[in-house]
Amino acid sequence: MNAILFLIILSLTFPVFFITKSVKYYYTLFLLMSGIILTSVWCFEVFAGNNQQLDIQLYLSLFQINFILTIDRLSAFFIVVVNITVFTGFLYARGYLRPYYQSKNALRFSIHYFSYLWLYLSMIMVVMIRDGLSFLIVWEIMALSSFLLVIFDAEDRTILKTGISYLIQMHVGMFFILIAFLMVDKATGQMSFDALKLYFSNHSNLLLFILFFIGFGIKAGFIPLHTWLPEAHPAAPSHVSGVMSGVMIKMGIYGILRVLMSVQNDLLLIGLIILSISLVSGVLGVMIAIVQHDLKRLLAYHSIENIGIIGIGIGLGVIGLATNNTALTLLGFSGGLLHVMNHSLFKSLLFFNAGSVYKATHTRNIEQLGGLMKKMPYTAVLFLIGSLAICGLPPFNGFISEYLIYLGMFKSLSAANLYQSIIILGTIVGLALIGGLAIFCFTKAFGIVFLGEPRSEKALMAKEVGKDMIFPQYITIAFIVLIGLASVYFVKPVFNIVTKAFGLPDISMAADSTINNLTQISILSGIFVFTIIILLVYRHFHLKTKQIDVGPTWGCGYTAGTYKQQYTATSYAYNYNHIAKPLLQTKKLMTDIREDEIFPGKRTFISHSDDIFKKHLIDKPIDWFSGLLKKIAVMQTGQIQHYILYAFVFMLLVFLLTYFNLI
Amino acid sequence: MIGFVLILIAAFFFPGLILRTKSIASGRKGPGILQPVKDIGVLMRKGSVFSKTTGLVFQIAPVVTLSSILCALLVIPFANQNAVISFEGDFVFFSYLLAFGKFFAIIAALDTGSSFEGMGANREAFFSMLMEPAFFILLATFAMFTGYTSFSDIFSHFFIIENHYVLIYSIIGFFLFVQIAMVENSRLPVDDPKTHLELTMIHEVMILDNSGFDKALIHIGSYLKFAIYGALMYNVIVPAGWNIFLQTGLFLVVQVAFAIIIGLIESFRARNKMNKNPKFILTISAIAWIAFVVILILTDKLI
Repeated sequence: MNAILFLIILSLTFPVFFITKSVKYYYTLFLLMSGIILTSVWCFEVFAGNNQQLDIQLYLSLFQINFILTIDRLSAFFIVVVNITVFTGFLYARGYLRPYYQSKNALRFSIHYFSYLWLYLSMIMVVMIRDGLSFLIVWEIMALSSFLLVIFDAEDRTILKTGISYLIQMHVGMFFILIAFLMVDKATGQMSFDALKLYFSNHSNLLLFILFFIGFGIKAGFIPLHTWLPEAHPAAPSHVSGVMSGVMIKMGIYGILRVLMSVQNDLLLIGLIILSISLVSGVLGVMIAIVQHDLKRLLAYHSIENIGIIGIGIGLGVIGLATNNTALTLLGFSGGLLHVMNHSLFKSLLFFNAGSVYKATHTRNIEQLGGLMKKMPYTAVLFLIGSLAICGLPPFNGFISEYLIYLGMFKSLSAANLYQSIIILGTIVGLALIGGLAIFCFTKAFGIVFLGEPRSEKALMAKEVGKDMIFPQYITIAFIVLIGLASVYFVKPVFNIVTKAFGLPDISMAADSTINNLTQISILSGIFVFTIIILLVYRHFHLKTKQIDVGPTWGCGYTAGTYKQQYTATSYAYNYNHIAKPLLQTKKLMTDIREDEIFPGKRTFISHSDDIFKKHLIDKPIDWFSGLLKKIAVMQTGQIQHYILYAFVFMLLVFLLTYFNLI
Repeated sequence: MIGFVLILIAAFFFPGLILRTKSIASGRKGPGILQPVKDIGVLMRKGSVFSKTTGLVFQIAPVVTLSSILCALLVIPFANQNAVISFEGDFVFFSYLLAFGKFFAIIAALDTGSSFEGMGANREAFFSMLMEPAFFILLATFAMFTGYTSFSDIFSHFFIIENHYVLIYSIIGFFLFVQIAMVENSRLPVDDPKTHLELTMIHEVMILDNSGFDKALIHIGSYLKFAIYGALMYNVIVPAGWNIFLQTGLFLVVQVAFAIIIGLIESFRARNKMNKNPKFILTISAIAWIAFVVILILTDKLI
């Protein structure tokens, strides 16, 4: 029954192409919702039922392919995460896509909706399929459909180029996963996640894990494998960026977790590798984010930071496994896993709002925005809540996952030996630094975009987006607040998943005390919210009795009135830039004032900072390689005689080599 | 609960004591000890002027900041009694809650669109970001040293450990808390609240546009913050097991001493050059690292 329903949904995606333009959206929404309901029922069965997993056989007799969908608790968790964000994203898309209805034809919309559906379906299949070959097929569908989604606005050639670059990098990742699976196949005769256990029990764990880690890490966006992320997210339409950043990159995390479930030795080393790469991703991701001027690119770098936080949790969990530290394993993995969900919520929210800002102002450049809180109050408040949550501030959800990771570390400190203490303390410092930097970054982003005076004509003309774009975000906000205030109900199932997935023996002690702590946090958060409300009410009545005046901002005796005298994003990051110079390599383009220039003319100032990893890992090798290819292109003369000569030389070579028995 | 009340009492007199010390040190007659509290009363009675650039954020920020400080207060223990609310890892909550308040203070400053306040906002964000690691290293070493992970447990087990070098640790902890308090409260040598040039201020320049009730809230918040850090200092130098009456007396002595120290520092020291501040703050983190190494030796992990 399940299988038939699922197959019906799969096959019903194709008619999207043949439906009139006006109802296409609703048809897609209907299909999406049926998919979400069906998979949610499966997840419910897995969570509520006694059976650990649910198997569904999809037999496509036409192609003689037998797909088996297996849902265990880990898959179910990821399905829930995918469902929420894909749903809100598609609701949001309705308003976001409306301006394009005139300019783009029906086929473009069909492709877009079709890809969106298949991105969703491929993501839920990625987390359900265990067989290697089928996994690679759906993994590929995921890459292709997201590629089609990214290039929605392909009239813009830069977007098409970015899309192709994205597609290539995804395939580099896939190549690594393929090699890893082939290695497993060669050694065990099976090509699936289930065979990994067999492989790991009598082969080197490290090598295979690293192959998988690179493959999945490219999807997840760990530094230095992140280079596609800051390009593809700004290029894509905002609901797609939200889904890609919110859930698609988490498929990489899922892959890593799935592989980790089978790893048996070299755990300490593997944990350290994950931890160090994650720390680098976390700190550098946010450091680079601070100097970005493009709002969506800034958010994209923040995804890298958050992937770093998730990775820190996972890395600590693995180290905990290696050192038999149950509390660290439980809290590390749970913190990481919960952060997967948290990040999918607030990051999609932030991307949707960035999209609303783009739609209202037609620019993503922070320096041209400002004062939007007055023009777009709903968007501003939603963005503010998202910012607070992503900075990991209580009483929102980001705090809960970071707290779990912190708690795991602080609890393990006293029993740790010298090296573990140093590792843990380094991680604590890294996480604290990430928190501080995130606050720096989001005070900048929110402050410059939404507060102050408008910095350009575009920002001045902005209008609030429609209700249909605001409404879906309330769903996301509800989850953010709920996880923040009633964390216990979300952390318990996560504990459950982690315990089952990694076969932890007895967690009741660590789990109970943590649940107890979380209850206290909920109480304290409640007191906090309550205090704010009480004080606000008091303030309201207090101010009523006093004289309230409105005047210009205090300008320290110099109230000159142009918006250009405000602090800009660049000036906000100035002193930070000063100490982060070696890593960011910010370049300034300006002409100095000459000595004989008594009345300086109009001048421009451009500051730009490169991503050093992209520069040295992608751009430079590609430049070098294309330079080499250009040199080889000398042979391409265009004269048929030369080509015949090449053929002769080649044949001669083959003849000679065969003659001397060399080939 | 006693601790909660004591901190409130300390906060009541704290700013006056600093002012008094400064005026005596500079040979002035100076205002009375209760002057800052009276000033708050004056502010409460005054009306407010709001900039037309500002909006919702500016209106609620002082309230949010004060609430965050008030709630952070609840996890600070006193003597052998637990704090009002105490749980494992409560200092993480403490730090992030204060950061929440700071977040709002910063964006409220940006809400005015004034470049002066932008400057202050940026500095506040920047310096508190640099400060974050020092606090966490210090607490992590406490946690490692005592084996507990909440303020209440750490401080009540601080002096019972069979390690006779605990005094070293208590002094390092005290020193670091003083430094952290100075940065967090924007006092000398990082920031001089009494400077008269907006370009060189940090905290004071952020609140240029606040007036009346809101300004009073901001002041109350900063007084409370002093007393909170004073209480933390007290906890690392006085064993929690002592008699409660003795402790109450000592608590007030420590708070008074802390206020006088601040007053004296501010009387005899110049403010750092602004671009020296990052180095200064990172040095505090470095000292915290040293404290960590000391603890590694004390707990026989190293050598």
